[in-house]
Amino acid sequence: MTGQAGTGRRPDGAAFIIAALLAVFGAVPLWDASTIPDKGGYAGIGPAAMPKVVGWALIALAATTAVGAFRGRLADVPRQNPVPLFWIGGGLVLQIALLHTIGFSLATGILFATTAAGFGKRNLVLTLPVGIGFAFVVYAIFDRLLQLNLPGGPLETLILGG
Amino acid sequence: MSTFDFLLQGLGTAIQPMILIYALIGVTLGTAVGVLPGIGPALTVALLLPVTYGLDPAGSLIMFAGIYYGGMYGGSTTSILLNTPGESASIVTALEGNRMAKAGRGGPALATAAIGSFVAGLLATLALAFLAPHIVKLALVFGPREYFALMMLAFVTVSAAFGDSTLKGLTSLFIGLGLATVGIDGLTGQARMSFGIPQLLDGVEVTTLAVALFALGEALFVAAQTHGLADKVEAIKGSVRMTREDWRRSWPAWLRGSAIGFPIGAMPAGGADIASFLSYGTEKRMSKHPEEFGTGAIEGVAGPEAANNAAAAGTLVPLLTLGLPTTATAAIMLAGFQQFGLQPGPLLFATAPQLVWGLIASLLIANVMLLVLNLPLIRFWVLLLRIPRPWLYAGIMLFATLGTIGVNPSPVELSMLLLFGFMGYGLRLYGYPIAPVVVGLILGPMAEQQLRRALAISQGDWTTLVATPLAAALLGIAALALILPLILRLRGKGKVLSQIAGDSD
Repeated sequence: MTGQAGTGRRPDGAAFIIAALLAVFGAVPLWDASTIPDKGGYAGIGPAAMPKVVGWALIALAATTAVGAFRGRLADVPRQNPVPLFWIGGGLVLQIALLHTIGFSLATGILFATTAAGFGKRNLVLTLPVGIGFAFVVYAIFDRLLQLNLPGGPLETLILGG
Repeated sequence: MSTFDFLLQGLGTAIQPMILIYALIGVTLGTAVGVLPGIGPALTVALLLPVTYGLDPAGSLIMFAGIYYGGMYGGSTTSILLNTPGESASIVTALEGNRMAKAGRGGPALATAAIGSFVAGLLATLALAFLAPHIVKLALVFGPREYFALMMLAFVTVSAAFGDSTLKGLTSLFIGLGLATVGIDGLTGQARMSFGIPQLLDGVEVTTLAVALFALGEALFVAAQTHGLADKVEAIKGSVRMTREDWRRSWPAWLRGSAIGFPIGAMPAGGADIASFLSYGTEKRMSKHPEEFGTGAIEGVAGPEAANNAAAAGTLVPLLTLGLPTTATAAIMLAGFQQFGLQPGPLLFATAPQLVWGLIASLLIANVMLLVLNLPLIRFWVLLLRIPRPWLYAGIMLFATLGTIGVNPSPVELSMLLLFGFMGYGLRLYGYPIAPVVVGLILGPMAEQQLRRALAISQGDWTTLVATPLAAALLGIAALALILPLILRLRGKGKVLSQIAGDSD
């Protein structure tokens, strides 16, 4: 189900992909539960019971979804434009990768600019500084005034001090 | 002491200056997120959870409730002026409200929505105050099996009873339940689904999941639409005053809306969106001017807006008295209580009466604040609708990641945010409901614990689950709520159900 933008034209194929993902997501707790020593105790069921129930239920739902895919469309999906997904997703990846080295303001400023780009505002010369400035104000308010622990970097240390 | 004394005491708490400020922040934020399309009260409360970590519990919870109420008020503004509902409970308001705005009667439409929300909020909050002690008394005899049965009922009504597909609702619910098994088992301390990654031992944070599904998923979905949604903000022409005729037609609709909304919210039967759809249907049937429906009937705005506010107050009944969330926003508010080490439920009324009654009394005050914010100041909120989308969503993404980074700045947590964000996009794209995922995540471990406790008490005898009439009846209703819609859909009568489909809040 993760960003299958291209499959929008063939909803039946999409239903099979969804069914496959659900089956995998169901198999994981079943596999994990098999490694748990399940001592039921007084209740008769222990910590492995719930993952097993969820796992089998997800597999059953996957099977139902797959059967349904033969009979008709899962949903009428409007045509999707994948480019914004790359902008926003890429911005998030950059933020995650850079957060601890360049600090909250710079990393989040990048995310701000790529999100704006994803929504059609590609003028990075404008959006990047605005984003960094905005993120810095947010950092100052939440980290310094509201005691939220946000990772700082060179910019934060330079202006606000360590 | 009677309810009345408790309520007076609560008012004593509620009029402390600091508490008033929290309430004011809550209702202002709530109105703002209600007005802005794309973000709702569930997301806002989720974002604020980490921020309020170090603040006063009572004040924070009052702020959360203010956001919930405010979201219901603000959503109507967007529906009426933009024809894009600000949140899911205002979808029907757009039907008649936007027509009224196009016909130059946007002012009275906004007025009847705001005053109707006020009337309903007031009545429903009072009903909450007088009903809660009785349910608390009842809940004191509840054992694990009754709680388990109640949670089953909540699971079914949130996921399968409404919407266009039982399959999709259940799929969403089980995705949530699956995510709920990640982490340490609450009863034995056994690590589950953690794959040796220490950060996963804490489980999936409600904040991370809610922010990812509601903010990130929504942003991705809106951005990926190839043909941009044409937004046209209708100007408020003339005065917001209602004529004598408007008043005459609005009054009964407000009262009927409140009467429909409160019980729906109070029973684990779904949220404000369902109440507003039912109210719209009722108004259409009872109106003396049925020909006006579809062209801007004021009852069609007054009723649903009253109903969604009454339902929002109603959902606080099971949340406060039983610790049972029935909507996504309530689920996240429950996480808020737990963050302060408070467990909503009958005991909370005994151990922290000041907090509970202060919260209820604050809601009465918040309602008055909201009326002032939404009638005389309405023109200010309309300005929010003019923020260009790139800036708006860039800001939403900034605050969305702020919430997660504030809880836990580890790459694992942020990667989960990214993963769940794309999952939310996929769910939205293929019409899977979002709320069951969040409710499943937070109610799943609770239901599991109650089930295992009940079975431990009975030494593994499964018949204990239906051994009391109450537990058996609740499970029976849950089974009916699962099976009846299936039969209705098979007979081709599913349209009614998909009409009252809940979407997010």
